[in-house]
Amino acid sequence: MADLSCKIAGIDSLNPFWLASAPPTDKKYNVVRAFEAGWGGVVWKTLGIDPPVINVSSRYGAHHDQNRRLLGINNIELISDRPLVVNLQEIRECRKEYPDHVIIGSMMAPIEERVWKDLAQQIAESGVHGIELNLGCPHGMCERGMGSAIGQVPEMVEQVTRWVKDAVDIPVFTKLTPNITNILWSAEAAYKGGADAVSLINTVNSIISVDIDNMIPEPVVDGKGTHGGYCGSAVKPIALNMIAEIARTPETKNLEISGIGGITTWKDAVEFMALGSNAVQVCTAAMIYGFRVVDDLIDGMSQWMDDKGYTSVEQFTRAAVPQVADWNELNMNYDTKAVINTDNCIECGRCHIACEDTSHQAITMTDKPEGGRVFEVVDEECVGCNLCYHICPVPDCITMEPVKTDKPPMTWPEHPLNPMRAAAE
Amino acid sequence: MTILQAKQAQKSGANHSVADSHTDDGFSDLHPAYSTLQAMAESNRCLYCYDAPCVTACPTSIDIPSFIRKISTANPDGAAKTILSANIMGGTCARACPTEVLCEEACVRNVAEDTAVEIGSLQRFAVDHLMARDLPHPFKRAPETGKQIAIIGAGPAGLSCAHRAAMLGHDVTVFEAKAKPGGLNEYGLAAYKMTDDFAQREVEFLLGIGGIRIEYGKALGTDINLQALKDSYDAVFVGVGLGSTNNLGLKGEEFPGVDDAIKFIEQLRQTEPKSDMPVGNNVIVIGGGNTAIDAAVQAKRLGAGEVTLVYRRGPENMSATEFEQDLAKTNGVVVRYWAKPVAIKANGKLMGMSFEKTELDASGKLVGTGETFDIPADQILKAIGQKIKPDDLAGMEITGGKIIVDDTYQTTAPGVFAGGDCIKSGEDLTVQSVEDGKQAAIAIDAFLKTASA
Ligand SMILES: Cc1cc2nc3c(=O)[nH]c(=O)nc-3n(C[C@H](O)[C@H](O)[C@H](O)COP(=O)(O)OP(=O)(O)OC[C@H]3O[C@@H](n4cnc5c(N)ncnc54)[C@H](O)[C@@H]3O)c2cc1C
Ligand SMILES: Cc1cc2nc3c(=O)[nH]c(=O)nc-3n(C[C@H](O)[C@H](O)[C@H](O)COP(=O)(O)O)c2cc1C
Ligand code: SF4
Ligand code: SF4
Ligand code: SF4
Repeated sequence: MADLSCKIAGIDSLNPFWLASAPPTDKKYNVVRAFEAGWGGVVWKTLGIDPPVINVSSRYGAHHDQNRRLLGINNIELISDRPLVVNLQEIRECRKEYPDHVIIGSMMAPIEERVWKDLAQQIAESGVHGIELNLGCPHGMCERGMGSAIGQVPEMVEQVTRWVKDAVDIPVFTKLTPNITNILWSAEAAYKGGADAVSLINTVNSIISVDIDNMIPEPVVDGKGTHGGYCGSAVKPIALNMIAEIARTPETKNLEISGIGGITTWKDAVEFMALGSNAVQVCTAAMIYGFRVVDDLIDGMSQWMDDKGYTSVEQFTRAAVPQVADWNELNMNYDTKAVINTDNCIECGRCHIACEDTSHQAITMTDKPEGGRVFEVVDEECVGCNLCYHICPVPDCITMEPVKTDKPPMTWPEHPLNPMRAAAE
Repeated sequence: MTILQAKQAQKSGANHSVADSHTDDGFSDLHPAYSTLQAMAESNRCLYCYDAPCVTACPTSIDIPSFIRKISTANPDGAAKTILSANIMGGTCARACPTEVLCEEACVRNVAEDTAVEIGSLQRFAVDHLMARDLPHPFKRAPETGKQIAIIGAGPAGLSCAHRAAMLGHDVTVFEAKAKPGGLNEYGLAAYKMTDDFAQREVEFLLGIGGIRIEYGKALGTDINLQALKDSYDAVFVGVGLGSTNNLGLKGEEFPGVDDAIKFIEQLRQTEPKSDMPVGNNVIVIGGGNTAIDAAVQAKRLGAGEVTLVYRRGPENMSATEFEQDLAKTNGVVVRYWAKPVAIKANGKLMGMSFEKTELDASGKLVGTGETFDIPADQILKAIGQKIKPDDLAGMEITGGKIIVDDTYQTTAPGVFAGGDCIKSGEDLTVQSVEDGKQAAIAIDAFLKTASA
């Protein structure tokens, strides 16, 4: 069993798996169960100033696949709906009973210096390891000038981060919203404000589905619906890109990152860390399966580390970042072709129709004299797009094989057909 | 099964027999191993239930949802460890368990869809994946306790007990009467369930924990006795199984060609290639349990012309599961119910058997109707039950043909524990014996701690 301990923003954690600020971390009862199940830390459900918010009934919508497996959920919940003192008391108790586990206090407030500082200090006094600033909630709270209403304005992100940094002497995580045009602007603002780390992503603004019998967006609250925050495995690619951008851009690359967004399996977690996360947070997967999903995260990651010969998580953290490039840095002389392994082919015909209708007419379908059909790639037509490879229902039936070439690597800026190149010379 | 799965099954079956030495002998895998694609598809059918009924139905309480989830997240070795931590013979159980009356019967997927998750096949996929890799043994031993445990019998109960005891830090010596370990895994389970010498490969894997020594050709009651063991070991575990078989009580039972089904299977299991194993042309099997079915099916697969299984009651009374009964029929075994053997017919050589039809009388008692019929046979296989050999077990009290144990698996002889088929726990199944051995080791550990405290 590999050593999964890690450090983020100077905080030591038993493992890189924390529960994100959300209903799973709403109260002591849940947090105790989470620690017992094996989670290394929690970010407590976001705290605000009293009086506590009031939630509506009917709160989640769902995006299922055809097997009723949840790909994503969206929610219209607000922040903690329990009094601040109750939350702080429970945090104190959990810190005392579980001294080796990490607790981060998440907070949000209107854009007023005194309010942010007061609240941050009260939370810090409860003994948390750090504070996370929720600047991301894309529903409800933003209509009150909080959450994403702050997170979408880089100047405010910097301001709020600085306020809290000045007020407390524990690490500060600025939690970013993906509902912006360029994540680097808010990440850089957090950095300038003094953030020890950024956490991302919060939920993606969304309408998940419509009740077409009654013509109401879901989830339905007495005849109406509103946009909510989308999360779960469907948002993972959005999160991965934003994390990679922060990790590879000179202005932001020194920020530590708490990666969030759709992490469901140990492999997802490895990917988040390889692209720049120092640790990760999970919400939806725990909501779907219960806290026991951490078992697969821990066991799978450590099994994989043993297989690869890694003895600490730092050894693969950010390992994929150097390979993330701009499109303009890609080699135009690289070429791959689809190869169909006919032994594995079940003759479903899907690669053919996908390529025939929507790509490059590079897969032929021929009747066999003895019955059945044979599918073959026309090398001259195949552009190596990967479409057939991805849609084939049988793993390893279609592979993409690099074509041997003597041509040296050449990028688009260097390419003879690039009109801009001629202009530059 | 989807068409895709079926086709893959066919393919993997075909691939298998090419690599397999028993190509056309009828003894290749009964359920061919899953391909990765099949494992992926089937693992995704599991709902990852909480407090899952399948776990409750498994005598060893394997955490089924967790191991299946690990398969679906491409962590089959982690899945195997989850399985083996509860059941060190998870590989044999995946092949031999009557899953249709255990975990798979309890699967919630039966409720609305009538098709359980194929837990056994997934279990085999994971364990085989781990065993195919040349990795260090997955479990570590606790610090040595200096305690010595003697185990009688290297069957599933004895070996499971040995593994857990070694894991808990004790030193184990196993005394086995036969020349090979595995008990009925090696000598009893049907050949098409245990292909490629799996029983021996599994024992080798199990012994990888260290701290276990096996002495072969050492039988309790003949070469060693209980008192001597009690004197030189801190605790003793008895897992001798059921050493003898029931007789029909008919004249001519010693006639050549009248055999115990168990002996027949044992001989078949040890014969390679299987085609060297002699079999009659007209074979009669007497009995209604899985042993009878196994003997009949294997006789048929060896090339017997007619195999007739005769059982004295109806199909619903058979202890063989529905799946096993169907297996007999699809293999061309003729099954005759409601008849009991009354005479063995011989004339210099074995000629056949006479039967009397049976029925239930008004009080529900099984009685002969007086009507008889003959079936010709040159081989008769008796599968009418096994029992313990009390002579070997002097020093322990026995009742109803089973060694008496308390709820810590301790026999009436202090410091002597027992488990497996020789005690009355659950059904006489491999998986139950593994559970008995594991629990007995845990009980022995507690016993040794209190003894030394
Ligand atoms: C033909 C047949 C088919 C079966 N098929 C299945 C099946 O498909 N699935 C299933 O779950 N179960 C099956 N079973 C039942 C299963 O095999 C047993 O429940 C299980 O093997 C019992 O384990 P055990 O360790 O108690 O005894 P055994 O497996 O019988 O092992 C006992 C060991 O002790 C040794 N021994 C005996 N006496 C002595 C002595 N005096 N001194 C030293 N060593 C001794 C024996 O040589 C043997 O190695 C089958 C049984 C039979 C007979
Ligand atoms: C019901 C629900 C409530 C949430 N509440 C909060 C919150 O109070 N504060 C916060 O920072 N994020 C909140 N989130 C966002 C999560 O912390 C997380 O950033 C997001 O769900 C993406 O991770 P996931 O895909 O693992 O769920 C909430 C998410 C859900 C589903
Ligand atoms: S999960 Fe179901 S039972 Fe529990 S609060 Fe929500 S709606 Fe009610
Ligand atoms: S998609 Fe795959 S399985 Fe289907 S025809 Fe093409 S190669 Fe064969
Ligand atoms: S009952 Fe069936 S679906 Fe549920 S965990 Fe067990 S195998 Fe999976």
